[in-house]
Amino acid sequence: MPQSPAIQISELRFRWRSNLPEVLYIPELAVARGERIFIRGPSGSGKSTLLSLLAGVSLPSAGEVRVLGKPLSTFSGPQRDHFRSDHIGFVFQLFNLIPYLSVLENVTLPCRFSRARRDKVLKTGATLEDEALRLLEHLDMGDEALIHRPVTELSVGQQQRVATARALIGAPEIIIADEPTSALDSDMRQAFLRLLFQECEAAHSTLLFVSHDRQLEPLFEQHIALDEINSAGREGP
Amino acid sequence: MAILSLALKSLVNRRFTAGLIVLSIALSVALLLGVERVRVESRNSFANTISGTDLVVGARSGAINLLLYSVFRIGDATNNISWKSYQHFARNPLVAWTIPISLGDSHKGFRVLGTNQDYFRHYRYAHKHPLHLREGRPFQDVYEAVLGYQVAKKLHYRVGQKIVIAHGAGMTSFALHADKPFTVVGILDPTGTPVDRSVHVPLEGIEAIHKDWIKGRHVPGLHISAQQARKMDLTPKLITAFLVGLKSRIATFRVQTEINDYRKEPLSAILPGVALQQLWDLMSIAEHALLVVTALVVAVGLVGMLTVMLAGLNERRREMAILRSVGARPAHIMLLITGESLLLSLVGVVMGLLLLYTTLALAQPYVESHYGLYLPLGMPSTREGIMLGLVAVAGLLIGLIPGYRAYRYSLADGMSIRI
Ligand SMILES: Nc1ncnc2c1ncn2[C@@H]1O[C@H](COP(=O)(O)OP(=O)(O)O)[C@@H](O)[C@H]1O
Ligand SMILES: [Mg+2]
Repeated sequence: MPQSPAIQISELRFRWRSNLPEVLYIPELAVARGERIFIRGPSGSGKSTLLSLLAGVSLPSAGEVRVLGKPLSTFSGPQRDHFRSDHIGFVFQLFNLIPYLSVLENVTLPCRFSRARRDKVLKTGATLEDEALRLLEHLDMGDEALIHRPVTELSVGQQQRVATARALIGAPEIIIADEPTSALDSDMRQAFLRLLFQECEAAHSTLLFVSHDRQLEPLFEQHIALDEINSAGREGP
Repeated sequence: MAILSLALKSLVNRRFTAGLIVLSIALSVALLLGVERVRVESRNSFANTISGTDLVVGARSGAINLLLYSVFRIGDATNNISWKSYQHFARNPLVAWTIPISLGDSHKGFRVLGTNQDYFRHYRYAHKHPLHLREGRPFQDVYEAVLGYQVAKKLHYRVGQKIVIAHGAGMTSFALHADKPFTVVGILDPTGTPVDRSVHVPLEGIEAIHKDWIKGRHVPGLHISAQQARKMDLTPKLITAFLVGLKSRIATFRVQTEINDYRKEPLSAILPGVALQQLWDLMSIAEHALLVVTALVVAVGLVGMLTVMLAGLNERRREMAILRSVGARPAHIMLLITGESLLLSLVGVVMGLLLLYTTLALAQPYVESHYGLYLPLGMPSTREGIMLGLVAVAGLLIGLIPGYRAYRYSLADGMSIRI
């Protein structure tokens, strides 16, 4: 039996509140497993909204979102939260880290909520800290001095790499990055992306990468222009 | 629990603010328990003022008034009672012992109490504690005095010292019985009762110093020396009150009725326990008001915590979004915020206890010597335990307010917080 696609959307409609206009209407979208997708769209076009629907933090007003074959709308709230912690790693644009946790605690944070991801790490024979260190090292963050610094004293680029290690720990099937490079300067963006690709490949994770930076677009195999597939606000057929 | 360890780390990270909240809760908790302890101990020491006495008898007056002047030595008797009436009841076959009391004079602001040897034999305080002399012996001669503990301590008096008694009870009494000084022959152990602030002399001594006085005034031209007075009849004609111990408590009401119905002189006999209770009830309004005020202080401390938690919530929406992204449920977010409040109030309660015990340990000798109140350092009483529990529960309930707000935020925001 073929693996279900990473993401499958049909007739998805979403509005934040019933009195607000519709933000998203996506009739059809599918993402196969292991792909690296670049999602672009102007600011305010609903990119982050789409991601929170994929993560099961918000629920569609109509239509269906399947992630790894699972229809999220049929799950209860706690089940969706659990599903997210097991299968999805997140990197945000900025301020990704919990200020009162150390670098290592930030990286291992998902393992506090997901037994599956913790067990996946422990099954390799490594401790959570070993695995966090390994990921940080791959992301050029292995420096002892850096690791013991309070996270609020790290540069933005360093913070984004810690956040990436956190998204990757326990090898979740899907990595979602919401404009993770927009606060970095352009040389750093390329380097950051290379590291991200490398780690996603190693973990066989599907990568959804949101950005409005078209310079990065050629580095991806697949592209989605949200304003093209999103028919919200347009006259329906 | 993973979330509570996050709450703890978050508090440690904000240790300055958290420390201030803990301090304000600790101070209010220490105040609450301190007031409670002083309240309980003053009630105890109050109830311990007199014990073993079945009836207090004086000229006809209200029970509280009689109790105040005869036992607490506060204020003055409206009237005296005659020695004859006293003798009449002292000889009653149901009566085991009596202690006559004669008040009206003072020494440097301390009341002088005329009585006889029975005072040292039969007077009881606290749990049937007899009086005990720490130095010297009871008075025997007319011009001898036994001092209460505080009198000797405050005035730095020793056995052998000569003291002069002033007429009247005022601090600034200039009418001195200077010609008839008394020798201190004994000093009592502390009792925590008005006995500590009394100067005890024989009834005959009181009689002797007033031989050349009539109706509270020195008779001009009349002078009777100490030695001359000795040779005169020093049996008192009047006393202020007397305490009665009965052979059997069953007879209490019978003797009380007999005294109250005495034809030859209007007398009042009261049960000291009942009068003490009435007097305490008079003060219990103030006592409760004090407790309410301190409870409000605790409430203010907790509201301070609420304010800080609510004010900090908006800045933490980002943190909540991150936690949501790694799989935290809205309920986890609520637990995190509420858990912080609970931790703050628990630490506040513990620090408050430490503060209370430190303060008590430091203040104990001072309070005992200045107010005759012994504040024990014992474990918290059940009532205090309940108070502490209530503070912790109140902290938890108050923490539900920011907790619920955070819960609503995390549902409404999803993960789309931009700061
Ligand atoms: N939590 C929210 N509540 C209500 N409206 C929101 C919320 N988050 C985003 N929106 C609205 O949804 C639209 C899409 O926002 P968003 O998905 O963040 O866009 P993008 O990520 O593409 O910049 C915007 O109009 C924004 O105002
Ligand atoms: Mg966005």
